[in-house]
Amino acid sequence: MTAPAKPAPEITPEMTPFFEAARRHELVVQRCTACGALRFPARAACNRCMSRDVEWVPVAGRGTIFSVAVMHQANHPAFAAVLPYAVVVVELECGVRMISNVVDWPVAEVRIGAPVEVCFEERSPEVTLPVFRRASA
Amino acid sequence: MPAHPLRGASAIVGLGITPQGKVYGPSALGFAVDAVRLALEDAGLSREDVDGLLVNPGLSWGDMGMGSFQLQQALGLRDLRLTATMNLGGATAAAMIAHAAQAIAAGVCRTVACVFSDAPLKPPSPATGDGGGTGAAYRFARGLEAAYGFFGVNAMYALVAKRHMHRYGTTQDHLGLVAVAQRRWANRNPAAQLHDKSLTLSDYHASRWIVEPFHLFDCCLVSNGGLAVIVTATDRARGLRKPPVYVWGMGQGHLGGDPADSLASGAVLAKETAFPMAGVGVADFDVVELYDCYTFTVLVTLEDYGFCSKGEGGPFVAERVRGPGEGLPVNTGGGQLSSFYMWGMTPISEAVIQLRGEGGERQVPRHDLALVSGNGGVLSTHATLVLSRLPA
Repeated sequence: MTAPAKPAPEITPEMTPFFEAARRHELVVQRCTACGALRFPARAACNRCMSRDVEWVPVAGRGTIFSVAVMHQANHPAFAAVLPYAVVVVELECGVRMISNVVDWPVAEVRIGAPVEVCFEERSPEVTLPVFRRASA
Repeated sequence: MPAHPLRGASAIVGLGITPQGKVYGPSALGFAVDAVRLALEDAGLSREDVDGLLVNPGLSWGDMGMGSFQLQQALGLRDLRLTATMNLGGATAAAMIAHAAQAIAAGVCRTVACVFSDAPLKPPSPATGDGGGTGAAYRFARGLEAAYGFFGVNAMYALVAKRHMHRYGTTQDHLGLVAVAQRRWANRNPAAQLHDKSLTLSDYHASRWIVEPFHLFDCCLVSNGGLAVIVTATDRARGLRKPPVYVWGMGQGHLGGDPADSLASGAVLAKETAFPMAGVGVADFDVVELYDCYTFTVLVTLEDYGFCSKGEGGPFVAERVRGPGEGLPVNTGGGQLSSFYMWGMTPISEAVIQLRGEGGERQVPRHDLALVSGNGGVLSTHATLVLSRLPA
C-alpha cells in the first residue's frame, strides 16, 4: 500500500508564476510596481499603497525562522507518517514572510532566529515547493 | 461631563442556553430556535415582543443564505424592525449586543434577540468507532499552506503564541495555569462539559500536544448547541422575570496587519471606546469574562485591557488568575476551555449569570460590574462589553 500523497496546492492563476519559478528552483515574490513593496502570497492589491499593479521578482532565499509550530496531529493522512513535524514562518532577508517546512533538521532544534536558506522539494511533475534548511550564520 | 447616551440605555433581560457539547439531533437552526424559546421564557417575554433578530451563524450553518431570515421564519417572527446576519468570528456575539443596544437607543426597535448556534459534532459512528468527539467541521485545508501541512486555527495561533513566548519569556506553565484556573471554575459549574474532571498543572503538562506550544487543554472545546440573549430598552426591562443586566459600555477594535508582530488583540482600541462610555476603569471590574479560544488568548487579552503591562500576562496569571476564591475572577464558568464553546456567547452568558447572582457554587461575592470580550480570527477582530447589575 502506498502512502497517500501530501495535498497538492491549487495552482491558481494569481500564483502560477510562483509555481513556475519554483520548478526552476527559483524563489519569487510579488512586487508592487507603484511603490516597490514586496508581498507574499499573491494578494489582490498592495496593502501599502493600494495599487493593483504587480510583478513577480526573484529574491534571495536566505532568512531566519520567525516562528515555529510543531504539528502533532495529522489533519491529512499524508502527514501521519511524519509526525511531529514543524511548520515555520521564514522571514526572508527581503522582509517577506512565508509559511514553509524545514528539511534535515530535528523538530526539537528548530528555533526562532535560526538562519535558513531555501531548497526545493519536488512533489510532482507540476509541483515543486520551496522549503528551508539550516544555514550557517 | 454628561453621561454617554448609550450608557445604561438598554439591558439584557433574557438568557437561553440549550444543552451543550456532544448533543446530537438538532440542526444548527434547531438549536437556534430552542435557544430563543428558552431566552424568552427566561425573560418572561413572548415572541410578539421581539422586533429585532441578530444572528451569528456557526460553521455548520454553511452557505445558508440570509441566516437571520431563515431563523425568523423558523421562529414564526412577524414584523421585525431590525435584522442582520453578522460575522466577526468570536467577536460577533458582543458586537450583536452592541448593535442591538445602539438600535434600541436610536429608537429603531425595542426588543432584540441575539443568537448563536452551531452543530459541528457528528454522532459516533459504529464504522470508525470514534468520530463523535472530533471537530471535523473545523478542519480545513488552504491551498499552499495545506501542502506544507499547515492546517487550522490551532496552528495559526501557535505561531503567534510562540512569538509571545520568544519576545516576553512567557512559559508553558503560564499557559497551563490559565487552563487549570478555568477548570477549577468549571468544577463548580454543573453546566460545564468538563465539570466532573479535575485538572492539575502536571495533568496539563502530561496531556497530549495538539500543536506546540499548545497542549490539548490550551485549546477550547467544540460544542453543539445554541445560545440566545434578549436585549431591550431599559424602561421595558424593569419588572420582567429576571433582574436586568444593564449595558453600560461597548467598543470594537480590529488592528489589521500581522498579529505575530503586534502580539496584541483589538482590546487596546476597543477599551478606549467602551471604558469612557461606561465611566469605568480597569480596576473597577468585579468579574472578567474573556474570549478564550486558547489559554494564550486570555493572557494577551488581560495585557491589552491593562490588567498588567504588555508582555507581563504570564507572570500576571501566575499570581492573580488562580480560580475560585483567589485573585481576579476570570472566566468564572470555566470558559470555552472547560465549559462550552458558543463563540463569544460563552463569556456574555457567564457575565449575565454572575451579575444576576445566579452563579450558585461559583458565584463571585461582589458582582456589580463585568468586563466581557469577544475575539475573532487570529486576534483579528475584537469587541468589548461593560455590563452591570446597576442601572446607569
